[in-house]
Amino acid sequence: MGKRIIVDPITRIEGHLKIEAEISGGKVVNAWSSAQMFRGIEIILQGRDPRDAPLFVQRSCGVCTYTHYLSSMRAVEDAVGVTIPKNARIIRNLLHGAQFQQDHITHFYQLHALDFVDVVDALKADPKKTAALSETVTNDPHGGTAYFKEVQQKIKTFVDSGQLGLFSNGYWGSPAYKLPPEANLMATAHYLEALRIQAKLVRMHAIFGAKNPHLQALAVGGITSVKDLTPDRIAEFLYVWKQAQAFVRNVYIPDLVTIASFYKDWGAIGGTSNFLAWGDLPMSDKEPESLFLPRGVIMKRDLKGVKMAEPEKVTEHIDRSWYEGNKARHPYNGETKPYQGDPKYDTNGRYSWSKAPRYEGEACEVGPLARVLVAYAYGKKDFKAVVDSTLKKLNIPVTALFSTLGRTAARGLETLVIGNAMEGWVMELVDNLKSGDTATCAKWTMPKSGKGCGLNDVARGALGHWVEIEDKKIKNYQYVVPSTWNLGPRCEKGKLGPVEEALIGTPVADPKRPIEILRTVHSFDPCIACGVHVIDPDSNQVYKIRVV
Amino acid sequence: MKEEKEFYERLEKKGISRRDFMKYCGVVTATMGLSSSFIPGVAEVFASPKQRPPVIWLHFAECTGCSEATLRSMYPWIDELVLDILDIAYHETIMAASGHQAEDVLHAAAKKYKGKYICVVEGAIATKYNGAYGKIAGRTFLEVAKEIVPNAAATICIGSCSSFGGIQAAKPNPGGYKGVGDALGIKTVNIPGCPPNPINLVGTIVNYLLLGKLPALDDLGRPLFAYGKTIHDSCPRRSHYENGEFVTAFGSEEAKMGYCLYEMGCKGPDTYNNCPTAKYNDGTSWPVEAGHPCIGCSEPNFWDTMTPFFQEKK
Repeated sequence: MGKRIIVDPITRIEGHLKIEAEISGGKVVNAWSSAQMFRGIEIILQGRDPRDAPLFVQRSCGVCTYTHYLSSMRAVEDAVGVTIPKNARIIRNLLHGAQFQQDHITHFYQLHALDFVDVVDALKADPKKTAALSETVTNDPHGGTAYFKEVQQKIKTFVDSGQLGLFSNGYWGSPAYKLPPEANLMATAHYLEALRIQAKLVRMHAIFGAKNPHLQALAVGGITSVKDLTPDRIAEFLYVWKQAQAFVRNVYIPDLVTIASFYKDWGAIGGTSNFLAWGDLPMSDKEPESLFLPRGVIMKRDLKGVKMAEPEKVTEHIDRSWYEGNKARHPYNGETKPYQGDPKYDTNGRYSWSKAPRYEGEACEVGPLARVLVAYAYGKKDFKAVVDSTLKKLNIPVTALFSTLGRTAARGLETLVIGNAMEGWVMELVDNLKSGDTATCAKWTMPKSGKGCGLNDVARGALGHWVEIEDKKIKNYQYVVPSTWNLGPRCEKGKLGPVEEALIGTPVADPKRPIEILRTVHSFDPCIACGVHVIDPDSNQVYKIRVV
Repeated sequence: MKEEKEFYERLEKKGISRRDFMKYCGVVTATMGLSSSFIPGVAEVFASPKQRPPVIWLHFAECTGCSEATLRSMYPWIDELVLDILDIAYHETIMAASGHQAEDVLHAAAKKYKGKYICVVEGAIATKYNGAYGKIAGRTFLEVAKEIVPNAAATICIGSCSSFGGIQAAKPNPGGYKGVGDALGIKTVNIPGCPPNPINLVGTIVNYLLLGKLPALDDLGRPLFAYGKTIHDSCPRRSHYENGEFVTAFGSEEAKMGYCLYEMGCKGPDTYNNCPTAKYNDGTSWPVEAGHPCIGCSEPNFWDTMTPFFQEKK
């Protein structure tokens, strides 16, 4: 048996996650992913006004701030049977597009980059050469020798002061870092630029959505920001979008390609087998046909065999999770309850607050890579073009997509494609308003009872919300979220969750400084607070799941 | 004032004029309700502290929305706040270190700066089963809080979860979640909101650095400069309320006219916060401006006391 190591807390994620790995011969040979917190939001929702559900579940996660709000709104709208007006559909897509931009930029720079970029090594860089590198590989308007000198000075002041702050005790100097000092300095400068860009670009959310985080301008039936559908607000939105997308094109994508070129070996590490995307961004009322991000499932890496994904084929397993019972059930028919007491962490038994969702009994990766693969497999033009050109630039085969590198690259590429499309959506909004359609919120009445489902694809992956209404109140509420799919534990058949599968084979040069493990875990962009679920204890009725 | 001159030169290199900088300081000073004579003092706080004050930021049961809100700080910019002004010794969402290395950072900082660090807490503390429902590195949130909070120079609770328990403490509160003050039986400075406006956190910290003490608080521990008035009292739609002009349906003509949202369930009259004046994301908007009723998110237990959100409060 190999040496066991535990990384807890995993930082630079949302939530409380613990990863245990067994290492033998310098590689991970086994891994366990454990969610460390239980809150109970689905239990809290029972008996409440269905209109309140979106605001409650939004608080599952402040990083994916818009996504649960939107998904829940769609579930309730499905239950009450209302179709939202065209203006509302477009505004919601624009807010969702901005969420992808903000989330993915912040993930790449603030949450993931330090796994590849050695900030301290940037002190060795020649600012002049860094400026030359920046001019060759990026179109960043910031640059020049003086600029990089300034950034370097900032790091130096930091290191010299002995107050390293956020950068304290990183794995600096590890042989796993491969960038030359100049690339490290350039990327560190962009880390700082990204901090400002993300703060600026969420103004798109504030314009039509009141504020960020936790937007507050949707209503069951549409949107409330009716007074913001004015030429000046739309122009303001376009202006901010332009700045954000310029950063994506000129800095994010070039950085991604540059960094990737030094880590090509990661194109063969950290892959999984199966991929699921519910799809999102409806271009009309017809779903899933009109989804800009298509719906589909790919099993065993067989791109040619891509198929329509069907929610009926999902089951959730709890055999290895801290809930009573062990029978896998369709989400509609769950019957389990959370462990009452201090749960024992046992990698041979139960070891996580997260459940294990399976599609046709198989673990599936969800998220940017799943979406890009599904779109690519369907031959969707926008996606095919950027994927092929990036593979060509890096001189790597399509199979390299099934990896940590592929996952991180897919995130950037979909940001580019979605961001590019947003301008057209703004124009569609303008045309629609010009035509005299000013409707923003459709009328509806709360049924005495009903059921509804919202299937979505959000920054971190496939997301489903289900609501059951009885006596105009929430009887049951359930959501199956991306991080449950990606970071869930084993199922009753002992099949590993995606991150567990992905970690196997990951090289670890120094078990005391397991930066390689962080690389793969972070590539999934874990978001744990909303990933923990519990099924209803008292019945086996439809829609009987609850979460934390 | 060589240092000051150097400071402004540094700013200019970053593309920030002295004028812009004083504007930032003006915004913070105004939010804090201090007179303009304090602006130079605020500027000094931002300029070049000799030793950056250490901050230990703890995450318990929360959604990270308060950290995200802080990441959106523009006055000052977030990179200045976390790199130039403060020494963020521990913050799980953005720190480089993980696992043992992260734990080492926490313990080392708590020891080195004992009695001197600012502790910011985000999230509620589980108390049922001795706090078993929430753990970090094998220790419960409760154990971590008991180690770190009592040795801080000041503890600031950011957001409604650490202030008052927040969403996980809503009925039936499955994990027995409580705010930090309640869970530890101490008094804390509370900056509630779901999430709060980052300017209110910045204002509180600047007040501390500038005047050496925490700002004046109300009986719920909220700084009066931010939570001294109700939303209703500062609401630009107030005249519609007085005139009896109300929205009764989203998407209606009345909604387009920007009438009062009271009948749609607006909790502005019961909610103390500065949203109408501070606004969010560089003053771009706030919920009522976007046609949505206030949900009362800076009040204790608002998930129970302010719901249903879309009904007039009885």
